[in-house]
Amino acid sequence: MPEKVPDIQPDPPVEIRQILDGDVMAGARLIRCIEAGDPAAAQMLGKLYSHAGNAFVIGITGPPGAGKSTLINSLITMFRKKQFTVGVVAVDPSSRKTGGAVLGDRVRMQAHAGDKGVFIRSMAARGAAGGLARAAKDTCLVLDAMGYEIIIVEPVGSGQADLEITTLVHSLGLVAIPGTGDGIQAVKAGLLEAADLFIVNKTDLPGAASEMMTLEHLVQQRSLEPDTWQPPVVGTCARTGEGVDRLADLFLDHRQFMKDHQVLEKIQTAQAGEYFNTLVRQMVMDRIDPWIDRQVAAFLDTAAQKAAVAADPYQAARKLADRLTRFLAEPDSEVF
Amino acid sequence: METLNKIRVLVAKPGLDGHDKGAKIVALALRDAGMEVIYSGLHQTLDQIMSTAVQESVDVIGLSIMSGAHLPICEKLTAMIKEQGLDNVHLVVGGVIPNQDVQVLRKMGVAAVFPGGTSFDTIVSGINGLFQ
Repeated sequence: MPEKVPDIQPDPPVEIRQILDGDVMAGARLIRCIEAGDPAAAQMLGKLYSHAGNAFVIGITGPPGAGKSTLINSLITMFRKKQFTVGVVAVDPSSRKTGGAVLGDRVRMQAHAGDKGVFIRSMAARGAAGGLARAAKDTCLVLDAMGYEIIIVEPVGSGQADLEITTLVHSLGLVAIPGTGDGIQAVKAGLLEAADLFIVNKTDLPGAASEMMTLEHLVQQRSLEPDTWQPPVVGTCARTGEGVDRLADLFLDHRQFMKDHQVLEKIQTAQAGEYFNTLVRQMVMDRIDPWIDRQVAAFLDTAAQKAAVAADPYQAARKLADRLTRFLAEPDSEVF
Repeated sequence: METLNKIRVLVAKPGLDGHDKGAKIVALALRDAGMEVIYSGLHQTLDQIMSTAVQESVDVIGLSIMSGAHLPICEKLTAMIKEQGLDNVHLVVGGVIPNQDVQVLRKMGVAAVFPGGTSFDTIVSGINGLFQ
């Protein structure tokens, strides 16, 4: 690990106006500050909040190698043809060992690098659970405030445990590839309930038709209330762009459906509530995490307590946890 | 505690040569040194490289050039970096770079040159050194 890290402060401070005007450099820098945990960036987000909420946020999830990035590349082309501006947040895993990351989703999308109507941001997950980076939601907020009309989020490839994505997108596409039994994986994971569109990518591979049929059967078994969205199953070949036009239309159909049935507003309200909860949790944990570490170290400082932990870690942990929570409730009390 | 402010590096392959094994291996070495590396893929135009550098707010643009065109490419890119006001972005170059060109590149404003055969340690400490 480097001792010193780049100081991003010397850059001129970002102004709210610049973000609302869609200034790319200012937006990019604000995202950088958010990732770095800069308190000024958090204040800026608060001011941007009331200006956001106009973008349609789409998630594309699925196992590694399903073709998510390539599919997003084709989707960008389709949405651009329909005159939408597009923001992309592509998350890749960080190395647990070194904290570094190689972010390669962008390679598939470089055709759009020169297009002023497209903003692509790669992001390292930095150990966050659920396939998203901690800064992903706030980055969507920045892109939204900058005026991007459609935002596409690509979480870390998984397909089994990355439901975190549902807390920030309005419409979720699940990508499966022929012959891998992804349909069955979807049932296991609970993604079947969460996905709004099922995409079988690489339709040029054998087994595409049967994969689509499997998914259609599974979707039909999903118990649906009347007047709810029936998730379609769509085949695409992201490499050639085949079927992606239809996919783009289906995402827009889903948005229209949600608007017509007053679902979009409900989702946004629920997600805002959930995010507030997350923010409080994060802020509290950030503050007390180092304190807990210190208390645990202090607890283990005596030979007697060390022996107690060795004999019965469950009971010792319960005892310490009781003391710590009592102290949090009554700060005047003593921990030990 | 793990730092939240990581060095972000764009590893890019400008122009026509199609050899990106070196670029990919260097990307991994930088990752192993705790950096966040954005890999652009092959055949990037300078405009693509610039707009990627801006959108990704990188600290370093690392070019891998095997085509022999390092002088004109770097001359143009250093000018573009200045023109766009990316004062805090460092340009570094690796690949097939003859010895006599190293000083020429440095004079142009290239922060570091890593010709073929440079060890990973030298590259990593060279990049870390830009921020100390």
